[in-house]
Amino acid sequence: MSEPTSSAVPVEVAQRLAGQSGRKYWKSLGELTHDADFSARLTEHVRREFPSQVEILADPVQRRTFLQLMGASLALAGISSCTRQPDEHILPYAKTPEALIPGRPLYFATAMPWASGAIGLLVESHMGRPTKIEGNPDHVASHGATDLFSQASVLDLYDPDRSTTTVRNGRGSTWDELVASLGPDLEAQKLKGGAGLRILSGTLNSPTLAAQLNEVLAMFPKARWVQCEPVNRDNQRLGALMSFAEDVAPRFDLSRAEVIVSLECDLLANGPESVRLARAWADRRRSAAGMNRMYAVESTPTGTGSLADHRLALAPSGIDRIARAIAQAVGVDVGAAGGAQLGGEEQSFVAALVKDLKAQAGKSLVVAGEPLSPQVHALVNAINVKLGNVGKTLHFAEPAAPVSVEQLASLKRLSEEMARREVEILVILEANPVYDAPADCEFVAAMQQVPLRVHFGTREDETGVLCHWHVPASHFLETWSDARAFDGSLSIVQPLIAPLYATKSAHEFVSLLAGKPGASGYDTLREAWKARMGAPADFEARWQRALHDGFLADSAVRTREVSLKKFDAGAASVTPTGELELALRPDPSLHDGRFANNGWLQEVPKPVSKLTWDNALYLSPQTAADLDVESGDVVEVTHAGRKLKVAVWVQPGQARGSATLHMGFGRTHAGKLGNGPGFNAFALRNSAMPWGGPATIARSGETYKLACAQEHHDMDAMGFERDLVRESTPAAFARGEYGAPHLHAKPAESAAGAGHGEKPGHAEGALITQYPAYKYEGYAWGMVIDLSTCVGCNACVVACQAENNIPIVGKEQVARGRELHWIRIDRYFTGAAHNPRVVFQPIVCMQCENAPCEVVCPVGATVHGPEGLNDMVYNRCIGTKYCSNNCPYKVRRFNFLLYSDFTTPSLKLQRNPDVSVRSRGVMEKCTYCVQRISQARIDAKREDRAIRDGDVVTACQQVCPAQAITFGDINDKNSVVHRQKALPHNYGLLTELNTAPRTTYLSRVSNPNADIPQVAGS
Amino acid sequence: MSANLPPSPAGRTPVIGPGHDVGSIIDKISSIVLTRDIARGWFLLLSITGMGVLMLGTSIAWLLIRGVGIWGINEPVAWGFDIINFVWWIGIGHAGTLISAILLLLRQEWRTSINRFSEAMTLFAVMCAGMYPALHVGRPWLAFWLFPLPNTMSMWPQFRSPLLWDVFAVSTYATVSALFWYVGLIPDFATLRDKAQNKVGKVIFGMAAMGWRGATRHWDRYEVAYLLLAGLATPLVVSVHTVVSFDFAVSVIPGWHATIMPPYFVAGAVYSGFAMVLTLMLPVRAAYRLHDFITLRHIENMGKIMLATGLIVAYGYTMELFFGWYSGTLAEGFMVKNRVMGAAATAYAALIFCNIITPQLLWFKKVRVNLWLMFVISIIVNIGMWLERYVIVVTCLERDFLPSAWGDFHPTVWDWSMFIGSICFFVFMMLLFIRFIPMIPIFEMRALIPKSQAGARAGQAGSSSTSTPH
Amino acid sequence: MSQIFHKSFNTLSKASVVLGGLLAASAIAWLLGANRAPYISLINVPREQPVPFSHKHHVGGLGIDCRYCHTSVEESAQASIPSTKTCMTCHSQVWTNAAMLEPVRQSYQNDQSIPWLKVHDLPDFAYFNHSIHIAKGVGCQTCHGQVDEMPLMMRKNTLNMEWCLTCHRAPEKFLRPREEVFNMNWTLPKGQTQEQLGAELVEQYHVQKLTNCSTCHR
Repeated sequence: MSEPTSSAVPVEVAQRLAGQSGRKYWKSLGELTHDADFSARLTEHVRREFPSQVEILADPVQRRTFLQLMGASLALAGISSCTRQPDEHILPYAKTPEALIPGRPLYFATAMPWASGAIGLLVESHMGRPTKIEGNPDHVASHGATDLFSQASVLDLYDPDRSTTTVRNGRGSTWDELVASLGPDLEAQKLKGGAGLRILSGTLNSPTLAAQLNEVLAMFPKARWVQCEPVNRDNQRLGALMSFAEDVAPRFDLSRAEVIVSLECDLLANGPESVRLARAWADRRRSAAGMNRMYAVESTPTGTGSLADHRLALAPSGIDRIARAIAQAVGVDVGAAGGAQLGGEEQSFVAALVKDLKAQAGKSLVVAGEPLSPQVHALVNAINVKLGNVGKTLHFAEPAAPVSVEQLASLKRLSEEMARREVEILVILEANPVYDAPADCEFVAAMQQVPLRVHFGTREDETGVLCHWHVPASHFLETWSDARAFDGSLSIVQPLIAPLYATKSAHEFVSLLAGKPGASGYDTLREAWKARMGAPADFEARWQRALHDGFLADSAVRTREVSLKKFDAGAASVTPTGELELALRPDPSLHDGRFANNGWLQEVPKPVSKLTWDNALYLSPQTAADLDVESGDVVEVTHAGRKLKVAVWVQPGQARGSATLHMGFGRTHAGKLGNGPGFNAFALRNSAMPWGGPATIARSGETYKLACAQEHHDMDAMGFERDLVRESTPAAFARGEYGAPHLHAKPAESAAGAGHGEKPGHAEGALITQYPAYKYEGYAWGMVIDLSTCVGCNACVVACQAENNIPIVGKEQVARGRELHWIRIDRYFTGAAHNPRVVFQPIVCMQCENAPCEVVCPVGATVHGPEGLNDMVYNRCIGTKYCSNNCPYKVRRFNFLLYSDFTTPSLKLQRNPDVSVRSRGVMEKCTYCVQRISQARIDAKREDRAIRDGDVVTACQQVCPAQAITFGDINDKNSVVHRQKALPHNYGLLTELNTAPRTTYLSRVSNPNADIPQVAGS
Repeated sequence: MSANLPPSPAGRTPVIGPGHDVGSIIDKISSIVLTRDIARGWFLLLSITGMGVLMLGTSIAWLLIRGVGIWGINEPVAWGFDIINFVWWIGIGHAGTLISAILLLLRQEWRTSINRFSEAMTLFAVMCAGMYPALHVGRPWLAFWLFPLPNTMSMWPQFRSPLLWDVFAVSTYATVSALFWYVGLIPDFATLRDKAQNKVGKVIFGMAAMGWRGATRHWDRYEVAYLLLAGLATPLVVSVHTVVSFDFAVSVIPGWHATIMPPYFVAGAVYSGFAMVLTLMLPVRAAYRLHDFITLRHIENMGKIMLATGLIVAYGYTMELFFGWYSGTLAEGFMVKNRVMGAAATAYAALIFCNIITPQLLWFKKVRVNLWLMFVISIIVNIGMWLERYVIVVTCLERDFLPSAWGDFHPTVWDWSMFIGSICFFVFMMLLFIRFIPMIPIFEMRALIPKSQAGARAGQAGSSSTSTPH
Repeated sequence: MSQIFHKSFNTLSKASVVLGGLLAASAIAWLLGANRAPYISLINVPREQPVPFSHKHHVGGLGIDCRYCHTSVEESAQASIPSTKTCMTCHSQVWTNAAMLEPVRQSYQNDQSIPWLKVHDLPDFAYFNHSIHIAKGVGCQTCHGQVDEMPLMMRKNTLNMEWCLTCHRAPEKFLRPREEVFNMNWTLPKGQTQEQLGAELVEQYHVQKLTNCSTCHR
């Protein structure tokens, strides 16, 4: 279909790729193909992508006036010049709340509800303002870490675009009016037994709310309650019903799995449920000895695939085939049509994989992602049973959600009912079907037929504006509720702050339907729990206990025995030739779009593509070449009879013949930030094949500007990437090879410096200098980042943003290369473009002992502390930017414009009071969370003791699900970080520059299967 | 034009055309200043550049309102046009001091007719240059922290930073050049005072002349002061651009971190300086018929100096490439590769053409005495020297150590408006200068008369500028 | 030809040289003074408060301990201004209908804060922590002055960075025994110089001379 025209960059790419093999890191196709005029064209292309003359005023985040701007800047300029400080007032409490010490934060346990299971949180509260989310160390789903969604959720609380009042037909109203006006309608329904009443909600995982709804259904027997959200477990559910004839959900125990096979499933880096999995998986990776092995087969590169020891990039139908092949090989009866023919590479891959699985029978695990068909889920269940894994590496139990239904089907039914005018009252509970219902449901048209529509949600979204009533919902940090974790453990959702606006909790709203408008969420919850516990005498004590812990001890749902039933595995799915396979997937940053107005999540670069503020149609380099399109070209996708114009992103690692589009973008009523960016995948979605299927793509000739945080460049044979990202394998360890050979002189390390000094043979000889090395007495702070376990989930990036008051800059500024994230997760590709391995390397400030930035600052705004910290003094900085130029790691970030929002009141509430809010013209960078160090030091000194290992935990370290980041005093011989720095595969970046970085890395150790020829290891 | 003047006995073209006596010189030069009517061309140019100055003002205002983000700079390229222009202008400034100070000490009396002109040029160039460091900082209202002023924070500047050395180097340079220029002007102000027709002129020039009466005592003091200042200025010619080059040489960035920087920056400075003198002087010479005072010999000499400094610069480039290989570090090697055939290739090629290939024409006397060619070459060299700074500042930052942190620099309208604006400001000031101040030192020219008439060899009459005219 | 300038201009011009120098010098001197003058630093300027609370009366007169109101001073960065409830513990009994206490009663009844004017106001980028200074034996009076003699609260020190550094560079000159921190009238024990005592305390309390930037600026 495509003739290789001269302008078709990808064509040449493809040609070059054919010959690609061996090890070499590259960041983009341009670079892989070493082609000067290719690069020229690419640069030209980039220039077209990012026109330099763009008017900065158009920046979405820039909505400040001149006066405010100057005022703010001058405020920071502060007392040094002849300015008298403006008078400030102190507003003490009239009556101080108990346990509150002004100036010290309090921590409360709560939980973030989530379809696949809530995650327990500890929320930091300053004088009643929740400012930072941490994981609840005692909670089964958290172990003290969180995912990036929970991290960012605190920003949603303060989102200026949240709806603040009840709205009736677009005009402001009140709760009482709603109660008054809804009463008669509900009465009318009572007479009909609620035949005309429908309630639509997302997946509920609050037992109390479920109970309330059942109560409502008891009042309206003929009414129906529909649960549906775009990302659900329908296929898993159907698969379970096929294989076990009962609705059970798997519960994985990665700590016991020696071999893990992940089929189209971002096991380790997707949403709250991945937090505990990543932890368990990483624990098994750390020791080079008993390391597990992971295989991933996926269509689009994910964190899990990147970390897998072996990755196969296949279109969904290919994954289907692989699953069937594995099933056959382990002796599952796949029926007559159930088999599958494999290509050469696939065959050898499967052969080796199966050998491994059989060898580790009972200690292995095969996981199927939701997008795979019910049949595949059933097959995978069967595989696990056959391998005897059930009861060991995975268990089955009833799903976390109290009420489990087939969601999309029931949504379809609802819209049919509505279209037939059978529905008189539609109540929508925190769902947004107008935006995210599959297009073929024609939900909007159907909904218009309903005479009374009531929407309850945190913002007046696409659905809200089309309803007669919109009732503002409280954020989960404002509400009393409960939720079930993945294993069913009851977690308490505890409010950190009274509702900021006239909002109601779901419980309060449903009470209205149950005819008890007045009922408070707290009472409802408490009563429900009392009832559940059987009203014990010591209820109060146990309640308090649960509040304190954040969950009810051993309330997990019992796992149950399952027996494999015979089922028809159907036939392997095939794609018509000449068509691509479209894969619709939840977005790694926005999930299903509920976070669309969250600036932190919009701006965080997507794990592999590094795109920000947009989604795009991922195509493999070859596919792009076939179609003669390149990144930024707009194409028209046709799928299931629907068309959508989307910008293309050429993504190495994307399976050939597949095209991935992430959900959650292209919203119209999300808010100032969420409206606009990206393309709405739901416009293509079909309830028959919700995760995509055959599609055709046509060039439109238009182009679209995408903002990528790691730009494309022709890198030529740069040569030193191999030394930047070092890799090893257990085998290599045995031979004493701990990473790529050093290409440079060994770095100088101070006495306290970046480790190495322990084991003979790894001591790095110091560079010759005429100056005596500075002796770091006392504390010497240092960090180690383990490349073997970093899954690139971005949780650290957002955590850092929340902890350090880092503003967002907007798409325009990202395109100019001005993002402010203090942590940059560098992404390197290695191997051939059709299936490269991806290495993540988080880059924070290296806190060099000989920091190049310090000597060049003319005003001493960045200076060295006695504990080895590279202090950044914002209020002294005049912004020459010299330090940034002279930083070899380019970790410094500059406020080119006024990025911090000094005007929006609600956003001010989120700020961390222990960190300055930087103004325009000031340099900033990672400080190792110096505010936490100071607090720990002060506490220690007041108790007249030394800071213990673990007293200081940086924000990134605390949030990391895989515990890839270690921080502490490297002078303390017993500290974890000290031991890590002593490891043989500990190394520093660019140490040949004699910077003596305090942040060092552990080589990425992978555990490849010798039977599979591949690139891992040396 | 007047390509074939009668050669002097020395076989050299004299520094003053024939047939001039004291009176004619005074009339000729001072008339430019003292005439009442305004030349149309001059006025036209003034208004055009005046608009440019307004554009500059607007750009600066917007810069102060919005911040340096209006420029194209980013991470990793945190310095862009601001520093490029700073270095470029400072370089241009060098010719003035070199001509007036060093050539004075070397007794090169041919300098006399062009020294004031180039000194003025120096001043205005330094003004343009000085503007950038002040404005390129993120919070200009705090730029005074760069000076070691006592304050309530008991904080001093960080004296290890090359930027701070810049502050001192440039401010010293500006002060000395200004003094040097003014002291040289005093006797002429006196002349103008005496020749001025109206009261206002008398008073203004009178004040400027500081009561100069041409008494022997005055001349004596004057000579001493002038020589001292020359001695003071001479090391500055070398020091200023050396210090400026430290901004780069002291850093760790591949392409900046090189010991060759100081000498080759100084040479480059002089190179561009002379180019700019020619660019400005040739039109002025034609416009005001100064052929007799700015003779071909001047132009040819300047051509020679350009050739010499151009070759030093060429040596510098070669060394950069050599270091890239010789250092043996991948980063340095890649820097060279990137320059020669990587993303920076275009700029680099243009730079080589402008700064190395073109000036080779200056080997030929035919070229050196061809005014049009000289004019074109001088402009090409100016462009080339700007490109040199672009290559050094921008392309090195675009590609440094971590590939993942690479970025591209795209100038915005504001980058250009400030650059062009500063050029306009420069020309604007020059126009005012040639109109209101004698652009050629009258008294020194007078001192040359006897020799030029006797056709004496230049070298012997070394004390020319030191003999009092009576 | 006629003289343009009168004779006097000679003297004038000479004088102008001297005058110019003087002018520049005095300008700098003025700037330095201004930054430390009460107008900028607010030293010794009693500040009007919504309620004319007198430390002189409560501390000096009644001898109430600092910590009775500034409760968090020992464990938090902030000494904290007492809640209205604290005032009412006494003033629900005494001066129950004094007019000047009306705002206090109002605040208590309507649960509205009293907007006290901040007297010791550091810029937002300077992070001072009371608790650690107390723990290391820095007396309240050392920074806040003779509070027990102030009818209305006022600054006694500039709170300039240079002032902070006087102590951070030489703590021994200012320290006192921990138990004396809240004593407004503490004096050196007989026969002991501040230097001796200070040196001992520095030893005993492990006082460091923290002058690196991140101690106060983040």
